[in-house]
Amino acid sequence: MRLALTPSQTAGPFLAIALPWPDGPYVVPEGTPGAIAIEGTVRDGAGAPVPDALLETWQAAPDGTFPGDPGDPGGPRPSGFRGFGRCLTDAAGQFRVITLRPGVIPGPDGGIQAPHVDVSVFARGLLDRLVTRIYFCDEPAANEADPVLRSIAGPARRATLIAVELEGRPGEFGFDIRLQGERETVFFDV
Amino acid sequence: MTAASTGRRRPGYERPPAGVHPPLDYPEYRSTILRAPKQPLLPLPHGPTEVTGPLLGEGRVQPGDADLTTRHAGEPIGERIIVTGRVLDSGGRPVPDTLIEIWQANAAGRYRLDVDSHPAPLDPNFDGAGRCLTDAEGRYRFVTIKPGAYPWGNHHNAWRPSHIHFSVCGRAFAQRLVTAMFFPGDPLFGQDPVFGSVPAAARDRLICRLDLRRTEPDWALGYEWDIVLRGPRATAFEPDEERR
Repeated sequence: MRLALTPSQTAGPFLAIALPWPDGPYVVPEGTPGAIAIEGTVRDGAGAPVPDALLETWQAAPDGTFPGDPGDPGGPRPSGFRGFGRCLTDAAGQFRVITLRPGVIPGPDGGIQAPHVDVSVFARGLLDRLVTRIYFCDEPAANEADPVLRSIAGPARRATLIAVELEGRPGEFGFDIRLQGERETVFFDV
Repeated sequence: MTAASTGRRRPGYERPPAGVHPPLDYPEYRSTILRAPKQPLLPLPHGPTEVTGPLLGEGRVQPGDADLTTRHAGEPIGERIIVTGRVLDSGGRPVPDTLIEIWQANAAGRYRLDVDSHPAPLDPNFDGAGRCLTDAEGRYRFVTIKPGAYPWGNHHNAWRPSHIHFSVCGRAFAQRLVTAMFFPGDPLFGQDPVFGSVPAAARDRLICRLDLRRTEPDWALGYEWDIVLRGPRATAFEPDEERR
């Protein structure tokens, strides 16, 4: 039996009624040893902040496993690590997620994938979610070997997926999302 | 480095065929003009991150979250309805224990959010948000109020047909879907660019149907609406590029 897929629709301007959770931005509880922050601004094609977007993140734990994976021991993790984050942008278009660094995971053909976080963006004006990935600036060797980064032509486009360490704020990374136009973030067909 | 659990090669998910999802760049819906990416989307092969996903049941849903009519001191004004159906994958398998979150306008066409400036009354007994988990057969069920149509600024005299927003997590990152359910025979379909952004042959899939078996006599009309997420591919070895 093949069933026809349900089409996507925009989450619209009122998603804040239902989707934000008080603990959404905390992939791990604040204060967890080793926790990092990833923050940034979502901007549109005119450079204006997008104040009504919802970001969702999904990633491996530091050991490269995923909560709920068939091989996962199951149950809550000692660290409280959920793998999943959800954050509404504020009036300035900014988001901030507290998490652990994802581990290296297997790639196709016996290779590796560099540590990364998958991101979905939902907002008014997006008829389907946008999917992007966050990589980390301090993993140059792994990034160099990563098949997804390698598939992107040109260092400028690749750079849109690399979170930078924020000056004077160890463990905090900046990752801006530009929906359109100059330095447009790379988005994926997932 | 590689955990045993993710070391196995698992099948990715089917790619949606053309003619299902709306295009991102759809200027009739004016909010897309500055928000839709101009660069083509790049193919993302399905690896461990895409074939896994959060299990969000525990602690996320409280008893009563699926009944939007009983959460306040009094009953909301409007036509009480039951909205129910199943979440399935494209192979016809139920998607159990997945989180569904809904939001909608009240019977007067007003959302309970500051950014909604439509001069229609708020209902103190209706906040318009609900959530539930699908059961083992993938079934969900909400009790709510039929949302009203409302005007918006997309073009002169633009009105959104009555609809309920649905967010479905699925079992994998690749299955995540946000969509909307509409009601049968709505005369506003023809002038709504959001509904109309969906390829014509797929629009019916966003429309629920009145179902007397789901209706509770002397109490509430029942509407049935199934949601179909993409399913896993049949084999682990089918190359991603095959569809291109």
